[in-house]
Amino acid sequence: MSFLDYFSHNKSQAASIAKERLQIIVAHERSKRDQPEYLEALQKDIMAVVRKYVDIDTDSIEVQLERNGDYAVLELNVMLPD
Amino acid sequence: MAKVIVMTSGKGGVGKTTSSAAISSGLALGGHKTAVIDFDIGLRNLDLVMNCERRVVYDFVNVINGEATLRQALIKDKRCENLYILPASQTRDKDALTKDGVERVLKELAADGFEYIICDSPAGIEHGAFMALYFADEAIVVANPEVSSVRDSDRILGILQSKSRKAEQGERVKEHLLLTRYNPERVEKGEMLAVGDVEEILATKLLGVIPECASVLKASNQGVPVIHDEESRAGQAYSDAVKRMLGEEVDHRFLTPDHKGLFQRLFRRSA
Repeated sequence: MSFLDYFSHNKSQAASIAKERLQIIVAHERSKRDQPEYLEALQKDIMAVVRKYVDIDTDSIEVQLERNGDYAVLELNVMLPD
Repeated sequence: MAKVIVMTSGKGGVGKTTSSAAISSGLALGGHKTAVIDFDIGLRNLDLVMNCERRVVYDFVNVINGEATLRQALIKDKRCENLYILPASQTRDKDALTKDGVERVLKELAADGFEYIICDSPAGIEHGAFMALYFADEAIVVANPEVSSVRDSDRILGILQSKSRKAEQGERVKEHLLLTRYNPERVEKGEMLAVGDVEEILATKLLGVIPECASVLKASNQGVPVIHDEESRAGQAYSDAVKRMLGEEVDHRFLTPDHKGLFQRLFRRSA
C-alpha cells in the first residue's frame, strides 16, 4: 500500500454500483424494445394453450425473439411443474 | 437548410430549458439565425429563463390555430441579434399541438432563413415530448450523472430511433449527449457516475459536460442565459458545446476537481 492509498482507502462504491445496475436494466429494456409488438399477445395465447393441459404460473413461460443477420429465432421456454 | 434540434431527456428537472436557453443563445452569438421553441404546453418556462415573460403576446398554439402570424408570436431576444423565442401556450389542452401544425411552423421558420431551430421538449414521453422530437434532425439528450436520468435518457434514445420522422424514413436522428450538474469532486470520491460511465452505458457521442455551478441558478434567477456569464464554468462549458456543434474540435474542460493547494485550503474564503 502506497503512501497515497492511505488517504483514498475510503473511496465510495456508490458510482460503480450505479453503473452496474444501469448496465443491467438498460440492456434488459433494450432487448424488449427491439422486439415486435405482437410478441406479448403471442405469449398470452401460447400460455392459454399450455394452461389447457398443464397448470403453470404466468412467469413460467418466456417468449423471446432473437435476430441473427438474415434469420430470426423464436425461443419458447416453458417451465413445467414437477 | 434549417437544422431542427430537439432538447430532450425523458426525466424532468435535468436542465433542458436551461440548456435550450444557453445553446440557442450561443448559436445566435456565433452569428447564426436561431429560433428556440417552447414545447411545454401548459407549463411554459423558457420565457422566464430568457427574461421575455412580459413580452409574450401570442404563442405557439396561437400560430398553429391561425390566431396569430409567426411573425407576431416570435419574440426577439434583447441580448442576441439573431435569436427569436416562440413561447408555449398556457392552455390546459394537451392536444393543442398537431403534427401538421408543428410541421407548418417549422417550415415557415426555415423559409424565413432560420439556420437552427431548437425544440425545448417537455419532460415525459407524452404527446408534447413526441411532438418536440418528431421532426428533429438531431437530438441533444440532456442527462444528469444519476441512475433515473440515465435510464430515462436511454428510453428517449430508443423513441428517437423508432418514432421520429427520420426513423420512419429509415434514417437516424443524430444523437448528442449533454451531461449536466457534473460534480468532479464527487466523481473522484466514487460517489457519482463518471462521464465515461454514462457515455459507455448510453453509447452516445458526448457533446458537453456542464459542471454543477452556482452560476446556473443565478442565471435563471436573473433571466440571463448562463452562456452570457463568461466567467462561470457552466457558461464556458456551454460555449465549448456550441463550438462543437458548429464543427470545432474543443477539449472537454472541468472534468477533474481543481485541487486547491494547502495554502488555499488553510485560508479558504467563504465564497
